[in-house]
Amino acid sequence: MTAVLATDRAAGGVVAQGRRARARRHRTVLVVLVLAVVAVAVVALCVGQRSYAPSEVLRVLLGEQVPGASFNVGVLRAPRVLTGILVGVAFGMGGVVFQTMLRNPLASPDIIGVSAGSSAAAVVAITMFGLSGAALSVVAVVAGLVVAATIYALSWRSGVQGARLVLIGIAVGAMLDSVIGYAMTRAGIYDANEALRWLTGSLNSAFWPGVGPLAAALAVLVPTLLVLARRLPALQLGDDAAAGLGVSPDRSRLALLLVAVAVIAVATAATGPIAFVAFLSGPIAHRLVRGTGALLVPAALVGALLVLVADLVGQHLLVHRFPVGVVTGVLGAPYLLWLLARTNRSGGSL
Amino acid sequence: MTLTATAGTPGAPLGVRPASLRRRRVLGMAACVVAVLLAAVASLAFGARVVGWSDVVAGVLHPDTSDIAQAAVRSRVARTLLGLLVGAALGVGGAVLQGLTRNPLADPALLGISSGASLAVVLGIMLLGMSTLTQYVWMAFLGAALASILVYAIGSLGREGATPLKLALAGAATTAALGSGVSMVLLSRTDVLDTFRFWQVGSLGRASFAEIAQVLPFLAVGAVLAVGCARGMDAIALGDDVAVGLGQRVGLIRAVGGAAAVLLCGTAVAVAGPIGFVGLVIPHLARTFTGPSHRWLLPASAALGAALLLAADVVGRVVARPQEIEVGIVTAVLGAPVFIAIIRRHKVAAL
Amino acid sequence: MTDAVHTLAVEGITVGYDDRVVVHDMTLDIEPGAVTAIVGANGCGKSTLLRAMARLLPARTGRVLLDGTPIDSMRSRDVATVLGLLPQAPVCPEGIAVADLVGRGRYPHQGWFRRWTTQDDVIVEQALVATNILDLADRPVDELSGGQRQRVWIAMALAQQTDVLLLDEPTTFLDVAHQVDVLDLLVDLNRDRGTTIVMVLHDLNLAARYADRLVALTDGRLYAQGDPSDVVTEQMVRDVFGMAARVVPDPVSGTPLVLPLGRHRTGRGTQPAGEAATRPATERPAAQPVP
Repeated sequence: MTAVLATDRAAGGVVAQGRRARARRHRTVLVVLVLAVVAVAVVALCVGQRSYAPSEVLRVLLGEQVPGASFNVGVLRAPRVLTGILVGVAFGMGGVVFQTMLRNPLASPDIIGVSAGSSAAAVVAITMFGLSGAALSVVAVVAGLVVAATIYALSWRSGVQGARLVLIGIAVGAMLDSVIGYAMTRAGIYDANEALRWLTGSLNSAFWPGVGPLAAALAVLVPTLLVLARRLPALQLGDDAAAGLGVSPDRSRLALLLVAVAVIAVATAATGPIAFVAFLSGPIAHRLVRGTGALLVPAALVGALLVLVADLVGQHLLVHRFPVGVVTGVLGAPYLLWLLARTNRSGGSL
Repeated sequence: MTLTATAGTPGAPLGVRPASLRRRRVLGMAACVVAVLLAAVASLAFGARVVGWSDVVAGVLHPDTSDIAQAAVRSRVARTLLGLLVGAALGVGGAVLQGLTRNPLADPALLGISSGASLAVVLGIMLLGMSTLTQYVWMAFLGAALASILVYAIGSLGREGATPLKLALAGAATTAALGSGVSMVLLSRTDVLDTFRFWQVGSLGRASFAEIAQVLPFLAVGAVLAVGCARGMDAIALGDDVAVGLGQRVGLIRAVGGAAAVLLCGTAVAVAGPIGFVGLVIPHLARTFTGPSHRWLLPASAALGAALLLAADVVGRVVARPQEIEVGIVTAVLGAPVFIAIIRRHKVAAL
Repeated sequence: MTDAVHTLAVEGITVGYDDRVVVHDMTLDIEPGAVTAIVGANGCGKSTLLRAMARLLPARTGRVLLDGTPIDSMRSRDVATVLGLLPQAPVCPEGIAVADLVGRGRYPHQGWFRRWTTQDDVIVEQALVATNILDLADRPVDELSGGQRQRVWIAMALAQQTDVLLLDEPTTFLDVAHQVDVLDLLVDLNRDRGTTIVMVLHDLNLAARYADRLVALTDGRLYAQGDPSDVVTEQMVRDVFGMAARVVPDPVSGTPLVLPLGRHRTGRGTQPAGEAATRPATERPAAQPVP
């Protein structure tokens, strides 16, 4: 390696300065996002049919028995908020990994059929087997992984090309949608309604028993994803450049997709597929950190924020109480289409 | 296209199809017609109750309503007719879409047209209290038209125009977007859900003769428009610049073709609900014996579409006897693997 | 200057895509410390050969040897500290700054717990200085022109600090001034750091001028290799490119200059006998001396 002269060391200044400025900006964005999540979480805990002051909420969280608040906050709202944060993180991170891997913000797991596996299995389970709760979640996770693996295998032809994966994913998603349609027509109206509720993604059944498994699974998967994602900067440059930098594109992509699918499947099993969170978190995070660093953590925070805010809106701000998935869907749809237009116009990559 | 076709026959003047291609086309078309007839007969004969040949003939020509078998046939005539029309419409509509967008993966359902129709129907049910097929048809048609414009507009932004990948993604994203609107309505109105969930799955069993008669004019106009721009689409297939150089009015062809596709696909979706993959796969199958010329491709797609849709319907009726699996599900379950095979065969870069 | 000299060679390799074989049984030793250019007609396998050497394509038979060891038995990261690649169509992430993109070249040198050191900053800066884009350090790459962008990718390859650099058509899409710019830069690299350079070039004249060694391929097989003045002959141009040409010494560099002979505009002294009488005068004015 070339010897580094004393003058060279001083000359590192310009590059180092730029890098430090960008890192500072990145940190600022992260801090702001964390604060925003905390703030919205506090609001979600305090506000409701019966509103409580933050001090009362704090007492409940610290374990004190406060009449009324202990139930509303401790049993109903706290697990709801925690679940919302956890699935938001999961969807946000999983989504941005997909979008970065496939180099297109539109290649989000909920669009290319990855979530459809969990959804189809869940709808069939609800309408034909009457499953619910833990059994339903397990079915959803397993089905999600199996379908994703199938899509991956089908798009393998001496390597996986992103475009082929996307197209096959869309086809499989369409096929699974028809399975959902079939199940919906065979069910009684009650089951159909319940299936539809599950399909739109909701925090309504987020209670303490469900938080444990979700948190445990994510405690394993999220750090794994963060470690694997260190190869993303190389992979972003295209398969050839990545190989030139010593990263095996196919193997890295497989590992990343596997863990990302697992993360999404786990979150989907907990709350149903919350529309567009996986899709929107990445692009929103990208606009916030604009070229200053890795997207995974910002996207996770944006995801959590989206879920919490949408749930608040759906619970309190609309005429009818809507589950979080409907709010993210309806508010996300115009943004999605706008982003589509913008991405296409600029030739899209993440 | 002419050049490659004559490449194997040195000395043949340009513009003269070699005998092998001509023979293949004629045979192919003949096979298609036979397939249509067979499918139609099967559609009349099979179902919850299997009907013999003589009863089929009698039921069609001189129905004796006291005979159960013949009554069954009679009730299936409307369904068969609808299957023929919808299948043909989807086949031709898909071929036109693929030709206009130069995209082998164009399909009304994948391009978000169906979800546009769905959203319009749902809104119609919710806001306007619609309940008859005739009313659905108008709303669905409108929704299909708007959605297709949206998808094409978004998918064709950018330097390369409407590449297959961009259109597919635009279609999928639009489907997701419009679908969430549908969910919102359905969640707040369980009664709407109860009606809609049956329409959402494409089926041939819903239309009566009266309703078929109502949509016939749309299909007829669409067919005429499609045939009219067949030659133009051959030119467009070579690229817009080349087409203009050949004296074709590209904008006009696109407009007429687009109208034809929307009329055909939109009406099909309106009257039978969303049926996927037919418009996608049929033109590929037809192209194997017609070659790329649209003057042959369109009629072949119509015939193949009619035959295969009816066949799918028969399968759906027979497999789950005495219940039926709607044709929309059968086409999706059988069509997706064919679509995947097509993708795997093509070099993705070439898409 | 580096102490270790790394050698790259291919031994009897056959490379192809799906069912097509493109490179047949090729054996080639890349001269360490030299600039080697691979030339040939379209589809002759030059890019395929380079990709095989860069470990992007598996060799069906034979071996690619880096320092005498088969390259596919080595860890990717280890290879990447010795062998750098500038691919034909790299993807530029949206909004990334020049310095950050160049910094990605340091990836193979950083351990599991990515620690960015001042050393890395210095190396990135050196790379930016060498490619003359230091003033663009904080600009987003997607705002740059084609020529500038190519220099960014080269800077990234420089930051990787490898002893061997493979470049797949580094001058495509660049205008003439930038083409010469890039090639001069590569020669600088070769002279100052002793980097072994292997590049695929489609322009035979530039290849002849800048390369120390020329490798000519035809139909996936080695046609000739050696000093450009030995390799580039009228016979070679006819065999490899299927073109009639005259080869004269380049008045600027002394290396072979290929002057293609088409059907028109071939001036005096080069028309086949018998046509001179019927052809109208298409003589061009005498070439101006190079300033």
